[in-house]
Amino acid sequence: MQKIIELKNITKSFDGEVVLDRINLDIYDHEFLTLLGPSGCGKTTMLRLIGGFETPDEGEIVFLGETINDVPPHKRNVNTVFQKYALFPHLNVYENIAFPLREQKVARDEIDRRVKEMLSLVALNGFEKRNVTRLSGGQQQRVAIARALISHPRVLLLDEPLGALDLKLRKDMQTELKRIQQTTGITFVFVTHDQEEALSMSDTIVVMDGGRIQQIGSSIDIYNEPVNAFVADFIGESNIIDGVMLEDRRVRMSGHTFDCLDTGFERNEPVDVVVRPEDVDIVPPECGMLRGVVTSVTFMGVHYEIIVDINGFKWMIQTTDFVDVDERIGISLEPDAIHIMKKSEFSGMFGDYSSFSNEFDELNEPSPDAESEERG
Amino acid sequence: MSRAEKRQTAAAMQRAALAPYTVWAVVFIVVPLFFIAYYAFTDDNFAFTTRHIVRFFTATSEVVTDAGAVREVRTYLLIFFRSLKLAVISTIICLLMGYPFAYLISRASDRAQKTMITLIMVPMWMNFLIRTYAWMTILQDTGLINSLFGALRLPTVHIIGTEGAVVIGMVYDYLPYMILPIYSVMAKMDVKLLEAARDLGCSSAGVLRRVVLPLSMPGVISGITMVLIPSISTFYISQKLGNGKFYLIGDAIESQYAANNLHFAAAIAFIFMVILLAGMALMRRLTGQRIYGGA
Repeated sequence: MQKIIELKNITKSFDGEVVLDRINLDIYDHEFLTLLGPSGCGKTTMLRLIGGFETPDEGEIVFLGETINDVPPHKRNVNTVFQKYALFPHLNVYENIAFPLREQKVARDEIDRRVKEMLSLVALNGFEKRNVTRLSGGQQQRVAIARALISHPRVLLLDEPLGALDLKLRKDMQTELKRIQQTTGITFVFVTHDQEEALSMSDTIVVMDGGRIQQIGSSIDIYNEPVNAFVADFIGESNIIDGVMLEDRRVRMSGHTFDCLDTGFERNEPVDVVVRPEDVDIVPPECGMLRGVVTSVTFMGVHYEIIVDINGFKWMIQTTDFVDVDERIGISLEPDAIHIMKKSEFSGMFGDYSSFSNEFDELNEPSPDAESEERG
Repeated sequence: MSRAEKRQTAAAMQRAALAPYTVWAVVFIVVPLFFIAYYAFTDDNFAFTTRHIVRFFTATSEVVTDAGAVREVRTYLLIFFRSLKLAVISTIICLLMGYPFAYLISRASDRAQKTMITLIMVPMWMNFLIRTYAWMTILQDTGLINSLFGALRLPTVHIIGTEGAVVIGMVYDYLPYMILPIYSVMAKMDVKLLEAARDLGCSSAGVLRRVVLPLSMPGVISGITMVLIPSISTFYISQKLGNGKFYLIGDAIESQYAANNLHFAAAIAFIFMVILLAGMALMRRLTGQRIYGGA
């Protein structure tokens, strides 16, 4: 596959605060790439660098082999779908979509043909004369996409485009965006802080934190083989336990030695052990590899989410079997339920559910606007 | 209390809160307007007449043209169109100067914006008469400008007593009324819209023409209104800077009042008001259609 954009050693600071720290990233033609991270991780800044709204302090942005650091936005073959759409309130739907073509002085009937084509791509046929300020969020979103795609950019940048939509509409638009990307074959660079959205839509996910790329990989790689505690915690739920790698395929944690599939560590190397809540089997205490007491049970619809105290460490387990609070249970882990990570700067910061509560989690949910407001 | 009762009380309270303003509006706006109309259509004995209205359109006087010939003109129509001409020229100059200025201010940093807006407003705190006198001393044949020109051995210029001097005075006095409404619209404009326009292929000039200009039209309209109306009805500036040679509609009303011709003064004011209202309504209609809807 052809590289379409290369970021080479990009550093960017605002008022002395480093927002992007030596970023290297290749974006390939036709892929759906997602920049995923908490607010303030630098993902929006990265998008703005590619769009041409910011210039890097150091490093190079390469577009199809050419350095474009100093090329202004209107001369880049890259368009953006802005967070709150930024539709022109003085123009109707038709004129919003036709906006880039009018600038290029495209012939009237050609404009007409292409606007119609875009309207049907985003399923807004018949909306030509509508006032954009009276459209619903989802419809505004579609107009913004049509407007950004009509001049056939090589790359479409999307800045948390679904952030303002309610859950149901969000799901619909995810499918819709994926469909549009596949029909047009245009490279999408998508920014989000929502890990589920990233997992379900992307060919490649770039997980970011603190201005650095933590991991690049497919959804499955990122979920199953997180490189450090930050990624393991940010993508899905994880129990992250201190362990020691006794030898290849043998890890000791919580006073028990487990078989696993991981190799390539030093003998007796301290490691972080990741166990996903859905990979834990609940068994009678006498059959368990580990034993503990249930401290809370939450009904989540499809499953129960239970917290179990095992030797003072609180595990989260997702199960369809009902267990009661204060019940003593055993757990069992298959070798492929265990994933071993090297120790990192994030070790010990994540993966313990002792302070866990649903309300707390919601409070921590970053607001979708936080980052853009920081950058003004 | 039931919900319906609560709603009724809330509505009653709202009416009560509005009452002082309603009284104010009636006493100081509606009643005076009524009196102007009443005086305009009555004679000294308060009997109905259209004499004063007709006089506005038909009164004639003789003027000596530059060539020395004597010509008969419709006095008040001439005055009205002269006022309109000077006001329109001043408004256009204010717009051409004020618009880019407002744009630059709105793009500056927050602190710079505050400073510049304050600087624009400071002269407005000074009395209007004093400012006009200041311009007299600047523009006089022996005034500041000519002293300066003289010192630089440049030929002196004659400004005071020309239409140009009146226009300078109006522009100086009313420029802030053009800048402020345009600025306030531009300051509220979403920066993302400008970025979107650049992203979609507009050069800086394109962004200005296709996004900033149409979105700032409401500010432009209120700026034009706020400059045109006072400058068309001004009388003091024309007396002082025009040396009284350019009798404007405001001067006409003032001198009729001074001469105790209240009914005719009211008639001039009334006709003038009707023309202005019609003009504003027309402007609103034209621009209202332009602001919304594309091809």
